[in-house]
Amino acid sequence: MVQLNLPRGSKPNTGKVHKAPAGAKNVKSYKVYRYDPETDADPSWDTFEVSSDDHGPMLLDALIHIKNTIDPTLSFRRSCREGICGSCSMNIDGSNTLACTKGWDECKSHNITIAPLPHQPVVKDLVTDLSLFYAQYDSIQPYLQSDIPDPEKERLQTPEEREKLDGLYECILCACCSTSCPSYWWNQEEYIGPAALLQSYRWISDSRDDATQKRLDDLEDPFKLYRCHTIMNCAQVCPKGLNPAKAIAETKKLMVAPSRKKEKASA
Amino acid sequence: MSNHQAAGGTNGDRTGRYVRHPNGHVTPMSPFTSVWRWHITMVASILFRVTIGAATVGAALMLGWIATASSGADAYAKLLACSASPLGLFVWFGLTVVLFSFLLNGARHLINDMGKGLDLKTANLMARIAVWGPLVLAVLFWVALFATGKVSL
Repeated sequence: MVQLNLPRGSKPNTGKVHKAPAGAKNVKSYKVYRYDPETDADPSWDTFEVSSDDHGPMLLDALIHIKNTIDPTLSFRRSCREGICGSCSMNIDGSNTLACTKGWDECKSHNITIAPLPHQPVVKDLVTDLSLFYAQYDSIQPYLQSDIPDPEKERLQTPEEREKLDGLYECILCACCSTSCPSYWWNQEEYIGPAALLQSYRWISDSRDDATQKRLDDLEDPFKLYRCHTIMNCAQVCPKGLNPAKAIAETKKLMVAPSRKKEKASA
Repeated sequence: MSNHQAAGGTNGDRTGRYVRHPNGHVTPMSPFTSVWRWHITMVASILFRVTIGAATVGAALMLGWIATASSGADAYAKLLACSASPLGLFVWFGLTVVLFSFLLNGARHLINDMGKGLDLKTANLMARIAVWGPLVLAVLFWVALFATGKVSL
């Protein structure tokens, strides 16, 4: 259902303003989304003014600094701090990205908005419930399915076959792409989203996997795959530089490939 | 969460993720349109959808044109006078924009559906052409009509 505004009770109010100490230099302002399920308050935007001289170069450094020195209740996910784990994905300055790889000096606004990943249930502050996202990843059966019995050593690929997985296997499941997609915002119960579709194509492209037709059959549905309208927010925001839109287009091409039509006719 | 009641009805979500908490509040939905900074590909996509709505109006106008033409010379003369008025010309200009938008966005989608032009640089360029191209082409088209004397105020 296309819904342009937040439902009642989800609209953030203006929250607290934490001013920088007098005399602080190189001050940046962060407008951070806050929500605490243990209070009666609606979500709010709290403003934190901090000196950039007091923390490291990344947005995650700023958030950790705010948590350590101003408000220890501020909640957000983080782990590796180097763009590998995908935990600190959030909406920064209007675009989804990883807080650990986004420099605060890269942001266009002076008052930098930091919000949870868009159109998701909020658990607390910048932490969202990604259970549906993971269920969608699970639904594409993200593991090798081969008709050949397990060999004694590894399953070999030619360098060319291996090359086909470049730009696909690097996904860290941060959910930046799926939660950037308006089609996903409004159809996330049916459309499985760019991240799951990228991973589906990763296994379809794998020369060692024999379940290609089954994987395509599973996606042959008006919503699961075809709700992608090539808006391309997914590719615009992917912090790893991947292109789910291209993977989706390639999957759509395979759906109508003559070889698939022949196989379906003979089945 | 077991003692929480699913409250999907408040926002249309049927996945049970929006629950009513003991304090009576339903899990909030995170902001989306209000925080999003639009990319040019998103602008092109949304404009294309607006174009589809406008083209439906255009199709109704064309049907009206045919119906008027078939109902006699007097009615048709009135329609021509109406069309030649500043408001009528503005409407036709708008429909020309819609037509060119359909053409350029249709070509963009055709190229994308073939799996081409999906790298960000090309996609952004094609989106820019699809957003600004219709206006430029429509202006050129109408300048040509005025210059050749086919239309005048």
